[in-house]
Amino acid sequence: MLTAQFLLLGAVLFCIGVYGVLARKNAVMVLMSIELILNSVNLNLLAFSVRHGSVDGNTFALYIIAIAAAEVGVGLAMVLLIYRNRRTIALDDLSEMKG
Amino acid sequence: MLSSILAQVPWQSPTIDYHAIAPEIVLAGGICLIILVDLFVSESRKWITATLTGFVMLAALVPVLTLAVSDADVRTMFDGRYVVDEFALTLKALFLVAGYVVVLLSQNHVEEGDYYQGEYYTLLLTSVTGMVMMASSRDLVSIFVALEFLSIPAYMLAAWRKRDRKSNEAGVKYYLLGVFASAVMLYGMSLLYGVTGSTLLSEIGSKLTVEGQFGGVEALAITFVIIGFAFKVSAVPFHSWAPDTYEGAPTPVTAFLSVASKAAGFVALVTLIYVGFPQAKDVWQPFIWVMAAVTMTVGNLLALRQTNIVRMLAYSSISQGGFILMPLAVAGTGDAAGPALQAVIVYLLVYAAMNLGMFAVVIAASRTTRSGEISSFGGLFSYAPALGVLMTIFLASLAGIPPLGGWIAKFSAFRAVLEAGNGWAYAIAVIGAINSVVAFGYYGNIMREVWMKPAPNGETSAVRTPSSLVAALSITVAGTLLFGILPGTIMRFGDLVDLTGAFGG
Repeated sequence: MLTAQFLLLGAVLFCIGVYGVLARKNAVMVLMSIELILNSVNLNLLAFSVRHGSVDGNTFALYIIAIAAAEVGVGLAMVLLIYRNRRTIALDDLSEMKG
Repeated sequence: MLSSILAQVPWQSPTIDYHAIAPEIVLAGGICLIILVDLFVSESRKWITATLTGFVMLAALVPVLTLAVSDADVRTMFDGRYVVDEFALTLKALFLVAGYVVVLLSQNHVEEGDYYQGEYYTLLLTSVTGMVMMASSRDLVSIFVALEFLSIPAYMLAAWRKRDRKSNEAGVKYYLLGVFASAVMLYGMSLLYGVTGSTLLSEIGSKLTVEGQFGGVEALAITFVIIGFAFKVSAVPFHSWAPDTYEGAPTPVTAFLSVASKAAGFVALVTLIYVGFPQAKDVWQPFIWVMAAVTMTVGNLLALRQTNIVRMLAYSSISQGGFILMPLAVAGTGDAAGPALQAVIVYLLVYAAMNLGMFAVVIAASRTTRSGEISSFGGLFSYAPALGVLMTIFLASLAGIPPLGGWIAKFSAFRAVLEAGNGWAYAIAVIGAINSVVAFGYYGNIMREVWMKPAPNGETSAVRTPSSLVAALSITVAGTLLFGILPGTIMRFGDLVDLTGAFGG
């Protein structure tokens, strides 16, 4: 069955996403990497759903898509807020507080 | 493919027990009401939204109480995906009362800070609704939805002061790490669904039963899911957002995050461990053991060198989180399951009272000191005796001194650990004991400032405390003293608490 290939693709996407979150310094790139992880989760869920012959995975994926949209909306709003106050969205510059 | 699957199961609309979800309905109605009211009241009368939010929280408590006294012990909906049992009711009550206290704390702060009041309370109420849902969730999907329901408004609240760079930073750090954690958690959940074929926790629990026969996938899935909630409860090493977010966010929001949001994370963790993975203890026990030990120690050591009181409270709340994790680290061993659950609940209830109280004192005193530095609280007792005494009570309770609430919380945590009675349990008990002594170092330091030091810059005018803060202080100090002097009241809560299907089910 093709499930294994889908899972492999999911795992690869997950790894790329995690790498992106950890290595990227641009807030928008980090948001995109998080989206990659969420999409790898969706891919996993759909593949497993086919394998188990149940709709639970499909339903879960729909919820994730909807909530991810809301999350990114909030995230982009925050990035805009930072850009207005600082004229940059580099995450390394966020160091007002230490200790 | 999908249509053929769908065709197998004829659609039946689920039966809904409206009494069981009455608290959620009240809260949802309240959210709509406050958005509407906010549209129609003039700028000078926006305080109405705060009062209404308080009323909605209290109104939602009414169905919680009627459910508690009703005959049906356990109400399940959607094939056991949403369960209202005593565990859920106790925690729902905790979230609602904590939410009410946060409204009281916010009232003057938000009014004087020129924030957007209506929106603030709407988001606060939304977040509390998510927490109330979390207490009943027994399914991966509903846990995820409840988690996001409570987190997304919290991200916005942390960044509430739009023009303040610190608040921006607090929000973005909280947001990025929170979203990343929930993405990792979701990956774990997708693997869990893959290996068990179900999203229902009790079914996952029954599928993951063969002891000692875990493949790597199961272990990875459980670890990822626990990591997701470790971020939420700010356990070390997933705590890096907490101090910055706590310091940068408006102080009432910090109080909310450090109490309610953290408690919600623990609720999910407890539900997952007890209902979802009771047989997989070989995977999560060592993981939580290490996390608890490191969280207590690192939180304490970093708290010792803080000069800002909110930042110190952030590290102190990280270390308290370690104490709440401690009983969970042995929850799968021997007879410890019951006492460990009881200890977590008792600790969460007491911690909510004393930590909210501590923040209430800090907010009240900062109205005069205008600073978050610990040294600015010097001589507080000399010009504001009541606040000085209250602060001492909360600090002593956080440090675990009898006869205050914090003592009974620590006592039940240690008792649960010793119940497990193996080497690992004794080891973590020793680490916990050392840490509770170390913790006295920084709590005592503030007490010394309050009682012994002179007031900096000679500021000795009496502190005027607004009535809403007085109410918040009375509620929290009553809780702290009552739980400590009459431990029977709170231990009863712990006895009642039983996660449906968790023990031997």
